[in-house]
Amino acid sequence: MATGTVRSERPSTADDAAGLLRACADDAIAVRIAGSGTKPWGHPGAEAGLHLHTGGLDAIVEHNAGDLTAVLQPGVRLGELDATLAAAGQMLALDAPLGAGDGATVGGLIAAGDSGPLRHRYGGPRDLVLGVTVALSDGTVAKAGGKVIKNVAGYDLAKLFCGSFGTLGVIAEVAVRLHPRPRAQATATGTTDDPVALAEAASLLSHSALELQSLDVRWRSSLGMVLARFGGVAAADQAAAAQRLLAEAGVQAAVIEDDEPLWAAQRAGQRSVDGGAVVRVSGRPTQLADACIAAQVGDASLVGRAGLGLSWISLPPAAPGELVTSIARVRQVLAPSPCVVLDAPAYVREHLDPWDHPEDAALVLMRRVKARFDPTSTCNPAIFAGGI
Amino acid sequence: MSPAPCFAVVVNPSHMQTAAAPCAPLTPRLLDGMRAICGREHVYTDADQLRTYESDGLLQYRARPGVVVLPGSAGEVRDVVRACSDAGVPWVARGAGSGLSGGALPVEEGVLIVLTRMRAVLEVDLANQRIVVQPGVTNSEISAAVGPTHFYPPDPSSQIVCSVGGNVAENSGGAHCFKYGFTTNYVTGMEIVLAGGEVVTLGGKELDHPGYDLLGVFVGSEGTLGICTSVTLRVIPVPEAIKTMVAFFDTTGQAGETVSEIVSGGVIPGAIEMMDNLTIQAAEQAVGAGFPTDVGAALIIELDGARAECEACFDDVVAICERNGSLSIRIAADEADRALIWRTRKAAFAAMGRMANNYYVQDGVIPRTKLPEVLAQITALSDEYGMRVANVFHAGDGNLHPLVLYDGEAQAERAEELAGKIVAACVDAGGSITGEHGVGVDKKRYMPSMFGEPDLAAFQMLRCAFDPRGLANPGKVMPTPRLCGEVPGPYRRHPLERDGVAERF
Repeated sequence: MATGTVRSERPSTADDAAGLLRACADDAIAVRIAGSGTKPWGHPGAEAGLHLHTGGLDAIVEHNAGDLTAVLQPGVRLGELDATLAAAGQMLALDAPLGAGDGATVGGLIAAGDSGPLRHRYGGPRDLVLGVTVALSDGTVAKAGGKVIKNVAGYDLAKLFCGSFGTLGVIAEVAVRLHPRPRAQATATGTTDDPVALAEAASLLSHSALELQSLDVRWRSSLGMVLARFGGVAAADQAAAAQRLLAEAGVQAAVIEDDEPLWAAQRAGQRSVDGGAVVRVSGRPTQLADACIAAQVGDASLVGRAGLGLSWISLPPAAPGELVTSIARVRQVLAPSPCVVLDAPAYVREHLDPWDHPEDAALVLMRRVKARFDPTSTCNPAIFAGGI
Repeated sequence: MSPAPCFAVVVNPSHMQTAAAPCAPLTPRLLDGMRAICGREHVYTDADQLRTYESDGLLQYRARPGVVVLPGSAGEVRDVVRACSDAGVPWVARGAGSGLSGGALPVEEGVLIVLTRMRAVLEVDLANQRIVVQPGVTNSEISAAVGPTHFYPPDPSSQIVCSVGGNVAENSGGAHCFKYGFTTNYVTGMEIVLAGGEVVTLGGKELDHPGYDLLGVFVGSEGTLGICTSVTLRVIPVPEAIKTMVAFFDTTGQAGETVSEIVSGGVIPGAIEMMDNLTIQAAEQAVGAGFPTDVGAALIIELDGARAECEACFDDVVAICERNGSLSIRIAADEADRALIWRTRKAAFAAMGRMANNYYVQDGVIPRTKLPEVLAQITALSDEYGMRVANVFHAGDGNLHPLVLYDGEAQAERAEELAGKIVAACVDAGGSITGEHGVGVDKKRYMPSMFGEPDLAAFQMLRCAFDPRGLANPGKVMPTPRLCGEVPGPYRRHPLERDGVAERF
């Protein structure tokens, strides 16, 4: 193959995917693995000789409505899956933003470990994936876990592949846990221009006995809002109770019936427009006020999962050099909490470590894991933490 | 030269297995090293002392370690593991020893590292809903340390004695995991010691640390990837309301149908547990909670959460029970009554000693909708073997605990054979060989029924990344011993290739 040519393949079986990886491993060709390509995150990575798209693996293999489980191929689009499950009154509780053209796929979301507001109650991909089938660069297809919601047989490789950004192999199939769709939903909101009051109000709800479906905050242009969503038969009652708590906390409280636009905006806040950047902060709930203050840097905005300590700081479009400087300042304010750069121009991802990962013993161990699963470094080389 | 693999010598009356000796023998020098690290009083070598540690909670398996060492700090654990690594001697970590799969069975003449001295709660950070503990802290102590406002949901029946290090190793669940999840859903950080003596910090109080989710693979790895010396756990607010009831039915089929209807109706109970007639009889004799002993099944249903939600759903659940033919429903009147109901459920295993001299606990999982089918198969097997099988289930998540009752060692082999057929029925139904007890030594022979050679090879890749010499808890989980090959060096492009002068075909 001539240098510089990039081949493109859409395998339609796990075995085909493994065969392609093996052939590339033998020929020392780097493979770039992607679903719809809506999350071009991480280091720019090594130049690939093959683009492997998972779009040919797009079947909903099983929907076991009675067991609240499903078996999915990686190329299934989340929007389509949601429509199918909704017909049975069920959902996959992963409401991450869908990206350009609503293209986000099951495999991409799991490989990127992305999540949305429902994470507060249901957990992230790692908590909802029951089993996984993967194609490896030695040409084999391996599975781990199962399709029952409780299972401790063998190593939990499904968790290893969640958030691994395709650096260990191709996710060829996943079994996931589903949940009943809530019968009703309602949201209580509290607004304030004081980041400390915002954080206190969120903390009050997070420590209350109310059963929250989602607990988010947003901060933009010196104005903040805490959003508490409830699902279930008594959603409206719970939202009213939350409104009372928020009022006691001294923020301006309301109950919003038609709440979907609010939550769509929260999801959208995790992504950036062209030329901007998004930093995901793995913080502690008690750092929320600091994160809001950090988000004033360079006129940024923030959405966050208040109970989980996760925030997404979105920096508006600016000269790449300025973005690099702003990101460095955000990291300085929130250190040592990891601040991972997600969306960002290539220049930014080349000029700082998007992963914000120290050279520590954990990274040494991660390199050992990579060396065992993909010794030829065929799969998405050099895009991940530590240049894995 | 590749080091020799380490094997546990398994002594089981019903199927003797022989295996090679451990990689390297214990030397007086290594024992002296241990004494220097932990103090003489924390290193046991007398036969009487060692005998205590021959088995864990699964008494069918016995192996006498060469030495039992009880480190008192993370530093001592690291130094003990390093000493073993230097000497090439395999070791097994053990907590309270309440495991039910032989996961903490010692390596014969190897080192047993017992973590029960490390019982400090290192930090309670309720503002961030975290607690940091040493591995020897018991499961119950965690909830006690964060109460009364918060609690730690995973609640294995052995929670009063079992330690969190063991919970991490086994990814323990319990009655409330259908709604709340397992240990793995609550561990956010750990400090671990690898078999080479390396100390690694994974995660922290924060979620989503960048890099691979090594916490996720370590939890449930049954002590084969290293030892955790501290664990950071997420805790959550105590629910506003808890409503508990027991519904009694003529048949387990009716009770199973009730479970399906409750869950498919959109209600996720905090716990939903089923006991069959034999189990009810045994537990009632032990606890005397006033359960009728002539019914076919008892279904314990607990709803928890916000009061308004709980109350609305509770009426629905009562209606579903009645629609499915419940004979009577007992609603817990107060906290004491609720505790009594749970004591009855949690006593089920121990109480079985009243029904037979011996019993063998199984731990299969099935998709919930297959419950009637698999129960019928268990009944048929019970008839075929002429042995009684009592059934206790975590019904929400399809986790079955059939207890095969038998009398005396003579029947042990047949009891295990019957238990094996139950596991096979679970796997055939699309389930798993273990839901929460782990593979250990007891279930490893069933692993090939769930996993093929490429799957096991992938497991081994992970194992080799953590412990290339196979010193940590050898002979567990994997059905056959395996070695780790050398890692091939990274591929490097030839300079001529890089410069475009030559190509690789």
